Amino acid sequence: MKLREIRDILNAEMITGDANLEKEIKYGFAADLLSDALAFSRGPGALLITGVVHPQVIYAANAIDLGAIIFVRGKRPNGATLQLAIENQIPLLATSYIMFETCGRLYQHGLRACIEKVKNG
Amino acid sequence: MAEAGNDIRFHEMFHIEGGNFTNAGSISSQVKKILKGAGFSGKVIRRTSIAAFEAEMNVICYANQGNLSLFITPNFLKVVVEDEGIGIPDVNVAMREGYSTANEKIRELGFGAGMGLSNIKKNTDEMILTSEFRQGTHLEFVIYLSGQDKG
Amino acid sequence: MTVSDIVNFFGLKIRTGENQLNGEVTGGYASDLLSDVIAHSRKGNIWVTIQTHPNIVAVAIMKELAGIILTGGREPDSDTLQKAEEEGIPILVSPLFTFELVGRLYQTGISGMGPC
Repeated sequence: MKLREIRDILNAEMITGDANLEKEIKYGFAADLLSDALAFSRGPGALLITGVVHPQVIYAANAIDLGAIIFVRGKRPNGATLQLAIENQIPLLATSYIMFETCGRLYQHGLRACIEKVKNG
Repeated sequence: MAEAGNDIRFHEMFHIEGGNFTNAGSISSQVKKILKGAGFSGKVIRRTSIAAFEAEMNVICYANQGNLSLFITPNFLKVVVEDEGIGIPDVNVAMREGYSTANEKIRELGFGAGMGLSNIKKNTDEMILTSEFRQGTHLEFVIYLSGQDKG
Repeated sequence: MTVSDIVNFFGLKIRTGENQLNGEVTGGYASDLLSDVIAHSRKGNIWVTIQTHPNIVAVAIMKELAGIILTGGREPDSDTLQKAEEEGIPILVSPLFTFELVGRLYQTGISGMGPC
Protein backbone atom coordinates (compact mmCIF):
# COMPACT_ATOMS: atom_id res chain seq x y z
CA MET A 1 0.00 0.00 0.00
CA LYS A 2 1.45 3.35 -0.95
CA LEU A 3 1.63 6.33 1.37
CA ARG A 4 -0.60 8.16 -1.04
CA GLU A 5 -3.37 5.62 -0.49
CA ILE A 6 -2.93 5.75 3.25
CA ARG A 7 -3.23 9.51 3.14
CA ASP A 8 -6.44 9.27 1.15
CA ILE A 9 -8.04 6.51 3.21
CA LEU A 10 -7.52 8.50 6.40
CA ASN A 11 -8.03 12.02 5.06
CA ALA A 12 -4.56 12.55 6.43
CA GLU A 13 -2.21 15.42 6.02
CA MET A 14 1.37 14.82 4.89
CA ILE A 15 3.39 16.78 7.39
CA THR A 16 6.71 15.95 5.79
CA GLY A 17 7.92 14.00 2.87
CA ASP A 18 5.55 15.03 0.15
CA ALA A 19 8.03 13.48 -2.20
CA ASN A 20 7.54 10.04 -0.63
CA LEU A 21 3.92 9.54 -1.65
CA GLU A 22 4.89 6.51 -3.71
CA LYS A 23 6.67 4.86 -0.79
CA GLU A 24 5.47 1.31 -0.27
CA ILE A 25 4.18 0.39 3.17
CA LYS A 26 4.02 -3.31 3.97
CA TYR A 27 2.54 -3.50 7.46
CA GLY A 28 0.87 -1.50 10.15
CA PHE A 29 1.76 -1.35 13.80
CA ALA A 30 -0.21 0.53 16.41
CA ALA A 31 1.55 1.55 19.61
CA ASP A 32 1.77 4.39 22.07
CA LEU A 33 4.48 2.62 24.04
CA LEU A 34 7.68 2.85 22.06
CA SER A 35 9.34 -0.31 23.33
CA ASP A 36 6.39 -2.24 22.01
CA ALA A 37 7.12 -0.97 18.53
CA LEU A 38 10.79 -1.84 18.94
CA ALA A 39 9.97 -5.35 20.05
CA PHE A 40 7.56 -6.32 17.34
CA SER A 41 7.84 -4.31 14.21
CA ARG A 42 10.15 -5.52 11.53
CA GLY A 43 11.59 -4.53 8.23
CA PRO A 44 11.75 -1.18 6.53
CA GLY A 45 8.18 -1.22 5.32
CA ALA A 46 6.20 -0.61 8.50
CA LEU A 47 3.81 2.22 9.28
CA LEU A 48 3.73 3.18 12.94
CA ILE A 49 0.32 4.37 14.07
CA THR A 50 0.68 6.35 17.26
CA GLY A 51 -0.48 9.22 19.40
CA VAL A 52 2.99 9.93 20.74
CA VAL A 53 4.40 13.07 19.13
CA HIS A 54 7.61 13.80 20.97
CA PRO A 55 11.06 13.34 19.37
CA GLN A 56 11.66 9.93 20.93
CA VAL A 57 9.25 8.45 18.45
CA ILE A 58 11.64 9.48 15.68
CA TYR A 59 14.64 8.03 17.46
CA ALA A 60 12.76 4.78 17.94
CA ALA A 61 11.65 4.81 14.32
CA ASN A 62 15.20 5.40 13.23
CA ALA A 63 16.49 2.45 15.25
CA ILE A 64 14.21 0.08 13.35
CA ASP A 65 14.20 1.71 9.89
CA LEU A 66 10.49 2.42 10.05
CA GLY A 67 8.73 3.31 6.80
CA ALA A 68 6.51 6.13 8.01
CA ILE A 69 4.63 7.42 11.03
CA ILE A 70 1.04 8.53 11.24
CA PHE A 71 -0.16 10.48 14.26
CA VAL A 72 -3.75 9.87 15.25
CA ARG A 73 -6.34 11.68 17.33
CA GLY A 74 -5.53 15.00 15.71
CA LYS A 75 -2.10 15.05 17.30
CA ARG A 76 0.64 17.08 15.66
CA PRO A 77 4.36 16.66 16.11
CA ASN A 78 6.29 19.45 17.79
CA GLY A 79 9.14 21.34 16.12
CA ALA A 80 11.87 19.06 17.43
CA THR A 81 10.07 15.96 16.20
CA LEU A 82 9.48 17.47 12.79
CA GLN A 83 13.10 18.51 12.45
CA LEU A 84 14.35 15.06 13.37
CA ALA A 85 11.97 13.40 10.96
CA ILE A 86 13.22 15.54 8.12
CA GLU A 87 16.84 14.85 9.03
CA ASN A 88 16.18 11.12 9.16
CA GLN A 89 13.90 11.13 6.13
CA ILE A 90 10.93 9.61 7.89
CA PRO A 91 7.61 10.69 6.37
CA LEU A 92 5.06 11.96 8.88
CA LEU A 93 1.31 12.03 8.41
CA ALA A 94 -1.48 13.18 10.69
CA THR A 95 -5.12 12.20 10.86
CA SER A 96 -7.94 13.29 13.12
CA TYR A 97 -9.35 9.76 13.26
CA ILE A 98 -8.69 7.97 16.48
CA MET A 99 -6.42 4.96 16.58
CA PHE A 100 -9.25 2.46 16.52
CA GLU A 101 -10.80 3.96 13.40
CA THR A 102 -7.40 4.42 11.76
CA CYS A 103 -6.41 0.78 12.23
CA GLY A 104 -9.86 -0.37 11.17
CA ARG A 105 -9.86 1.56 7.92
CA LEU A 106 -6.34 0.54 6.95
CA TYR A 107 -7.10 -3.08 7.74
CA GLN A 108 -10.24 -2.90 5.68
CA HIS A 109 -8.15 -1.73 2.75
CA GLY A 110 -5.78 -4.64 3.09
CA LEU A 111 -2.95 -3.48 5.33
CA ARG A 112 -1.91 -6.14 7.81
CA ALA A 113 0.17 -6.41 10.97
CA CYS A 114 3.66 -7.83 10.95
CA ILE A 115 3.22 -11.29 12.33
CA GLU A 116 6.63 -12.25 13.58
CA LYS A 117 7.97 -11.46 16.99
CA VAL A 118 11.60 -10.37 17.10
CA LYS A 119 13.74 -13.35 17.98
CA ASN A 120 17.48 -12.99 17.96
CA GLY A 121 18.14 -10.16 15.54
CA MET B 1 47.14 -11.12 26.23
CA ALA B 2 44.50 -9.66 23.95
CA GLU B 3 43.95 -11.40 20.64
CA ALA B 4 44.28 -9.28 17.52
CA GLY B 5 40.64 -10.02 16.76
CA ASN B 6 39.59 -8.31 19.94
CA ASP B 7 41.65 -5.16 19.59
CA ILE B 8 39.59 -2.09 20.18
CA ARG B 9 39.43 -0.23 16.90
CA PHE B 10 37.07 2.45 18.14
CA HIS B 11 35.82 3.72 21.46
CA GLU B 12 33.53 6.55 22.38
CA MET B 13 31.74 7.45 25.59
CA PHE B 14 28.55 9.46 25.91
CA HIS B 15 27.09 11.01 29.02
CA ILE B 16 23.38 10.50 29.77
CA GLU B 17 21.49 12.83 32.05
CA GLY B 18 18.81 11.15 34.10
CA GLY B 19 15.32 12.61 33.89
CA ASN B 20 16.16 14.65 30.83
CA PHE B 21 13.63 13.55 28.25
CA THR B 22 14.28 16.41 25.87
CA ASN B 23 17.13 14.73 24.07
CA ALA B 24 16.27 11.19 25.04
CA GLY B 25 17.25 8.90 22.21
CA SER B 26 19.91 11.21 20.81
CA ILE B 27 22.80 9.11 22.08
CA SER B 28 21.60 5.85 20.58
CA SER B 29 21.05 7.84 17.42
CA GLN B 30 24.70 8.88 17.46
CA VAL B 31 25.70 5.27 17.97
CA LYS B 32 23.70 4.37 14.90
CA LYS B 33 25.41 7.09 12.88
CA ILE B 34 28.81 5.81 13.90
CA LEU B 35 27.96 2.25 12.93
CA LYS B 36 26.43 3.34 9.66
CA GLY B 37 29.50 5.39 8.85
CA ALA B 38 31.68 2.41 9.62
CA GLY B 39 29.75 0.37 7.08
CA PHE B 40 28.27 -2.35 9.27
CA SER B 41 25.37 -4.41 7.95
CA GLY B 42 21.80 -3.22 8.34
CA LYS B 43 21.05 -6.07 10.67
CA VAL B 44 23.93 -5.26 13.03
CA ILE B 45 23.03 -1.59 13.01
CA ARG B 46 19.39 -2.31 13.78
CA ARG B 47 20.12 -4.70 16.63
CA THR B 48 22.65 -2.38 18.23
CA SER B 49 20.43 0.66 17.77
CA ILE B 50 17.45 -0.96 19.43
CA ALA B 51 19.51 -2.21 22.36
CA ALA B 52 21.29 1.14 22.78
CA PHE B 53 17.99 3.02 22.62
CA GLU B 54 16.47 0.89 25.35
CA ALA B 55 19.59 1.17 27.51
CA GLU B 56 19.66 4.93 27.10
CA MET B 57 15.96 5.23 27.94
CA ASN B 58 16.42 3.17 31.09
CA VAL B 59 19.09 5.53 32.38
CA ILE B 60 16.92 8.55 31.60
CA CYS B 61 13.77 7.06 33.12
CA TYR B 62 15.21 5.53 36.23
CA ALA B 63 18.71 6.78 37.06
CA ASN B 64 20.31 10.07 38.06
CA GLN B 65 22.94 9.92 35.35
CA GLY B 66 25.00 7.45 33.37
CA ASN B 67 27.54 6.80 30.65
CA LEU B 68 27.19 4.78 27.50
CA SER B 69 30.38 3.49 25.88
CA LEU B 70 30.64 1.97 22.44
CA PHE B 71 33.58 -0.30 21.61
CA ILE B 72 34.23 -1.64 18.13
CA THR B 73 36.57 -4.59 17.61
CA PRO B 74 37.06 -6.72 14.50
CA ASN B 75 34.94 -9.52 15.97
CA PHE B 76 32.25 -7.78 17.96
CA LEU B 77 30.57 -4.58 19.08
CA LYS B 78 30.29 -3.93 22.76
CA VAL B 79 28.22 -1.37 24.61
CA VAL B 80 28.69 -0.67 28.29
CA VAL B 81 26.17 1.41 30.20
CA GLU B 82 26.99 2.40 33.73
CA ASP B 83 24.59 4.50 35.79
CA GLU B 84 24.20 6.01 39.24
CA GLY B 85 20.81 5.86 40.82
CA ILE B 86 18.31 3.69 42.57
CA GLY B 87 19.55 0.53 40.88
CA ILE B 88 17.57 -2.68 40.46
CA PRO B 89 16.62 -4.64 43.60
CA ASP B 90 16.11 -7.92 41.76
CA VAL B 91 17.60 -8.27 38.31
CA ASN B 92 15.73 -11.49 37.52
CA VAL B 93 12.40 -9.86 38.20
CA ALA B 94 13.38 -6.80 36.18
CA MET B 95 14.25 -8.94 33.16
CA ARG B 96 10.72 -10.30 32.93
CA GLU B 97 8.85 -9.01 29.92
CA GLY B 98 6.11 -6.64 30.99
CA TYR B 99 7.59 -5.95 34.42
CA SER B 100 7.80 -2.21 34.90
CA THR B 101 8.46 0.25 37.70
CA ALA B 102 7.54 3.23 35.55
CA ASN B 103 5.61 6.06 37.14
CA GLU B 104 2.64 7.73 35.50
CA LYS B 105 4.72 10.44 33.88
CA ILE B 106 6.96 7.91 32.20
CA ARG B 107 4.00 5.90 30.91
CA GLU B 108 2.28 8.95 29.55
CA LEU B 109 5.37 9.73 27.53
CA GLY B 110 5.10 6.37 25.85
CA PHE B 111 7.65 4.49 27.89
CA GLY B 112 7.46 2.03 30.74
CA ALA B 113 6.00 -0.89 28.83
CA GLY B 114 8.40 -3.18 30.66
CA MET B 115 9.96 -4.37 27.42
CA GLY B 116 13.27 -2.54 27.52
CA LEU B 117 15.50 -5.16 29.08
CA SER B 118 13.92 -8.00 27.15
CA ASN B 119 14.32 -6.01 23.93
CA ILE B 120 18.01 -5.69 24.74
CA LYS B 121 18.31 -9.40 25.40
CA LYS B 122 16.52 -10.34 22.19
CA ASN B 123 18.73 -8.15 20.06
CA THR B 124 22.14 -9.00 21.50
CA ASP B 125 24.36 -12.07 21.66
CA GLU B 126 25.58 -11.55 25.20
CA MET B 127 24.14 -9.44 27.95
CA ILE B 128 25.28 -8.85 31.50
CA LEU B 129 23.18 -6.89 33.95
CA THR B 130 24.27 -6.24 37.51
CA SER B 131 23.08 -3.75 40.04
CA GLU B 132 23.74 -2.46 43.50
CA PHE B 133 20.44 -1.34 44.98
CA ARG B 134 20.54 2.39 45.74
CA GLN B 135 23.86 2.82 43.98
CA GLY B 136 23.46 2.06 40.33
CA THR B 137 23.35 -0.40 37.50
CA HIS B 138 25.91 -1.85 35.13
CA LEU B 139 24.81 -3.19 31.77
CA GLU B 140 26.98 -4.66 29.04
CA PHE B 141 25.96 -6.21 25.79
CA VAL B 142 27.82 -7.70 22.87
CA ILE B 143 26.88 -8.20 19.26
CA TYR B 144 29.05 -10.61 17.30
CA LEU B 145 30.20 -9.71 13.84
CA SER B 146 30.27 -12.38 11.18
CA GLY B 147 32.04 -12.12 7.85
CA GLN B 148 29.34 -10.20 6.04
CA ASP B 149 28.56 -7.88 8.96
CA LYS B 150 31.85 -6.14 9.10
CA GLY B 151 32.40 -2.64 7.98
CA MET C 1 -22.82 -6.52 19.77
CA THR C 2 -22.03 -7.42 23.37
CA VAL C 3 -18.70 -8.11 25.03
CA SER C 4 -19.71 -11.75 25.13
CA ASP C 5 -20.21 -11.75 21.37
CA ILE C 6 -16.74 -10.34 20.91
CA VAL C 7 -15.24 -12.96 23.21
CA ASN C 8 -16.89 -15.76 21.28
CA PHE C 9 -16.27 -14.34 17.85
CA PHE C 10 -12.57 -13.77 18.38
CA GLY C 11 -11.78 -16.56 20.79
CA LEU C 12 -10.60 -14.15 23.45
CA LYS C 13 -9.60 -15.57 26.80
CA ILE C 14 -11.45 -14.21 29.80
CA ARG C 15 -9.29 -13.25 32.75
CA THR C 16 -11.88 -11.44 34.86
CA GLY C 17 -15.52 -10.42 34.64
CA GLU C 18 -17.05 -13.64 33.37
CA ASN C 19 -20.42 -12.45 34.61
CA GLN C 20 -20.15 -8.93 33.27
CA LEU C 21 -19.99 -9.66 29.58
CA ASN C 22 -23.52 -8.70 28.63
CA GLY C 23 -22.83 -5.02 28.17
CA GLU C 24 -23.56 -3.59 24.72
CA VAL C 25 -20.42 -2.32 23.06
CA THR C 26 -20.84 1.24 21.80
CA GLY C 27 -17.58 1.43 19.91
CA GLY C 28 -13.88 0.75 20.22
CA TYR C 29 -11.01 2.71 21.69
CA ALA C 30 -7.34 1.82 21.21
CA SER C 31 -4.68 3.65 23.19
CA ASP C 32 -1.91 2.92 25.65
CA LEU C 33 -1.91 6.41 27.13
CA LEU C 34 -4.26 6.67 30.10
CA SER C 35 -4.77 10.41 29.88
CA ASP C 36 -5.86 9.96 26.30
CA VAL C 37 -8.36 7.21 27.17
CA ILE C 38 -9.75 9.39 29.92
CA ALA C 39 -10.11 12.31 27.55
CA HIS C 40 -11.61 10.60 24.51
CA SER C 41 -13.12 7.23 25.21
CA ARG C 42 -16.88 6.90 25.59
CA LYS C 43 -19.15 4.95 27.86
CA GLY C 44 -19.55 1.41 26.65
CA ASN C 45 -16.42 1.40 24.50
CA ILE C 46 -14.27 -1.69 24.38
CA TRP C 47 -10.70 -0.63 25.21
CA VAL C 48 -7.77 -2.23 23.37
CA THR C 49 -4.35 -1.75 24.98
CA ILE C 50 -1.07 -3.32 26.08
CA GLN C 51 -1.00 -1.59 29.47
CA THR C 52 -1.26 -4.19 32.22
CA HIS C 53 -0.98 -2.25 35.46
CA PRO C 54 -3.85 -1.65 37.94
CA ASN C 55 -4.54 1.92 36.81
CA ILE C 56 -6.29 0.55 33.73
CA VAL C 57 -9.08 -0.72 35.98
CA ALA C 58 -9.54 2.73 37.52
CA VAL C 59 -9.81 4.24 34.05
CA ALA C 60 -12.30 1.62 32.90
CA ILE C 61 -14.49 2.36 35.91
CA MET C 62 -14.19 6.11 35.51
CA LYS C 63 -15.23 6.00 31.87
CA GLU C 64 -17.71 3.13 32.25
CA LEU C 65 -16.03 1.11 29.55
CA ALA C 66 -17.46 -2.24 28.49
CA GLY C 67 -14.17 -4.04 29.03
CA ILE C 68 -10.46 -4.15 28.34
CA ILE C 69 -8.68 -6.31 25.76
CA LEU C 70 -4.94 -6.81 26.23
CA THR C 71 -3.14 -7.58 22.98
CA GLY C 72 0.11 -9.19 21.92
CA GLY C 73 -0.33 -12.04 24.36
CA ARG C 74 -0.04 -9.82 27.38
CA GLU C 75 -1.44 -10.73 30.75
CA PRO C 76 -2.69 -8.36 33.44
CA ASP C 77 -0.50 -7.89 36.54
CA SER C 78 -1.73 -9.76 39.62
CA ASP C 79 -2.75 -6.45 41.23
CA THR C 80 -4.71 -5.62 38.14
CA LEU C 81 -6.50 -8.96 38.18
CA GLN C 82 -7.47 -8.51 41.78
CA LYS C 83 -8.77 -5.01 41.29
CA ALA C 84 -10.70 -5.95 38.17
CA GLU C 85 -12.34 -8.85 40.00
CA GLU C 86 -13.37 -6.58 42.85
CA GLU C 87 -14.76 -3.95 40.51
CA GLY C 88 -16.37 -6.30 38.02
CA ILE C 89 -14.41 -5.08 35.01
CA PRO C 90 -13.93 -7.65 32.23
CA ILE C 91 -10.33 -8.14 31.17
CA LEU C 92 -9.81 -10.23 28.05
CA VAL C 93 -6.62 -11.25 26.31
CA SER C 94 -5.67 -11.83 22.69
CA PRO C 95 -2.47 -13.05 21.07
CA LEU C 96 -2.99 -10.68 18.15
CA PHE C 97 -1.26 -7.33 17.87
CA THR C 98 -3.38 -4.24 18.39
CA PHE C 99 -3.43 -3.37 14.68
CA GLU C 100 -4.65 -6.82 13.70
CA LEU C 101 -7.24 -7.16 16.45
CA VAL C 102 -8.66 -3.69 15.89
CA GLY C 103 -8.83 -4.33 12.18
CA ARG C 104 -10.90 -7.44 12.76
CA LEU C 105 -13.13 -5.78 15.35
CA TYR C 106 -13.73 -3.00 12.89
CA GLN C 107 -14.85 -5.46 10.28
CA THR C 108 -17.60 -6.68 12.56
CA GLY C 109 -19.00 -3.18 12.67
CA ILE C 110 -17.50 -1.76 15.82
CA SER C 111 -16.34 1.71 14.97
CA GLY C 112 -14.15 4.38 16.37
CA MET C 113 -16.02 7.33 14.98
CA GLY C 114 -16.63 10.36 17.08
CA PRO C 115 -15.13 13.76 17.64
CA CYS C 116 -11.51 13.94 18.64
